[in-house]
Amino acid sequence: MATPESTVDTDWTILFVCWLLVAASTLGSLFFSEVMELPPCSLCWMQRIFMFPLAIILLFALFPFDPGIVRYALPLAAIGGLVALYHLLLQVGFIPESAAPCREGVSCSEAQLALFGFVSIPMMSLLVFASVTGLLWSLKRRRSS
Amino acid sequence: MVAKEETVFVKRSTIVLVGAAGLILVFALASFLYTRQRASEIEELAAAADSPLERPHSQTLGSADAKVVLVEFFDPACETCRVFDPYVKAMLAEHPGRVRLVLRYAPFHQGSDTMVKILEAAALQGRFRATLQVMFDTQPEWASHHRPQPEKIWEFLPRAGVDLERIRRDMEEPRIREILEQDVADLRLLGVRKTPQFFVNGQPLTRFGREELRRMLAAEVAKQYPR
Repeated sequence: MATPESTVDTDWTILFVCWLLVAASTLGSLFFSEVMELPPCSLCWMQRIFMFPLAIILLFALFPFDPGIVRYALPLAAIGGLVALYHLLLQVGFIPESAAPCREGVSCSEAQLALFGFVSIPMMSLLVFASVTGLLWSLKRRRSS
Repeated sequence: MVAKEETVFVKRSTIVLVGAAGLILVFALASFLYTRQRASEIEELAAAADSPLERPHSQTLGSADAKVVLVEFFDPACETCRVFDPYVKAMLAEHPGRVRLVLRYAPFHQGSDTMVKILEAAALQGRFRATLQVMFDTQPEWASHHRPQPEKIWEFLPRAGVDLERIRRDMEEPRIREILEQDVADLRLLGVRKTPQFFVNGQPLTRFGREELRRMLAAEVAKQYPR
């Protein structure tokens, strides 16, 4: 326990914020699919695969505080972010529709929801994955220095 | 040192518990508000003169002047609809003359639109109920999830006592396609995404289940027919 206590406290808070963001997103995505009954498209499912486990493993890393979680959580958040970025580019039309992997079933390129008129589901997903990736990266830097 | 660690633990678990409780509270509140909002929107639609819940072409069962209308959106290929069919009939029998069943189509499965066309063509021969019964009875044969074979229904249709040649001819009538399109437009408007979906006098059944439906129906009958 050579680390000063305040540093541990800040590090713990960073991880807590990550968990809070991910838990809120998990509940939010469940709200869209289970309460609003919007069917998730295949890219949404990909993002869920990287989002949902974070909500559980980050919680366990808080008690007792285990900064080693960064090693496992960072790849999940980063890959999830890449999927969200791809989804967003597809939705705004930057990637042509023909390159979409999912034309059968629920369309990934068609936005089903727009909060305040412009905030779509992949946009929120990208925002959370990017923030969590950034926070976990900063935690990693703090621990190694 | 141990005491200090304990304080830190208590502090941190309080923060996490408060955070978790907050998230769950927001989720529950949002769900409640959203469901209530949807219900009032549907009620408004149902009260309109051209209600999307029932159309002049809709197949109905029961007394025309019943004060309680039970609308069921169903898919001939849906297993739960098959399982619910006898329950719904038994519920109608519980309130003789007081409940009218309106059947609407929700062709969500592959090949379901063909089944709907066959049903409507059979209705022209007065064999709607018998044909629907045959479809439900033989559903595992033609609507298997990993291998749907809608064309297999033709083997079983003679059991319904229908003229197959006439069905083949009538099912392609534009009038029947319009019925199908109208029902699909209405289910989109009402936000029907699962089958069977029930509405009792314009109110959606929010918590799905056999007993839930029975209770909702009984409550509405008691309201409409006070002793």
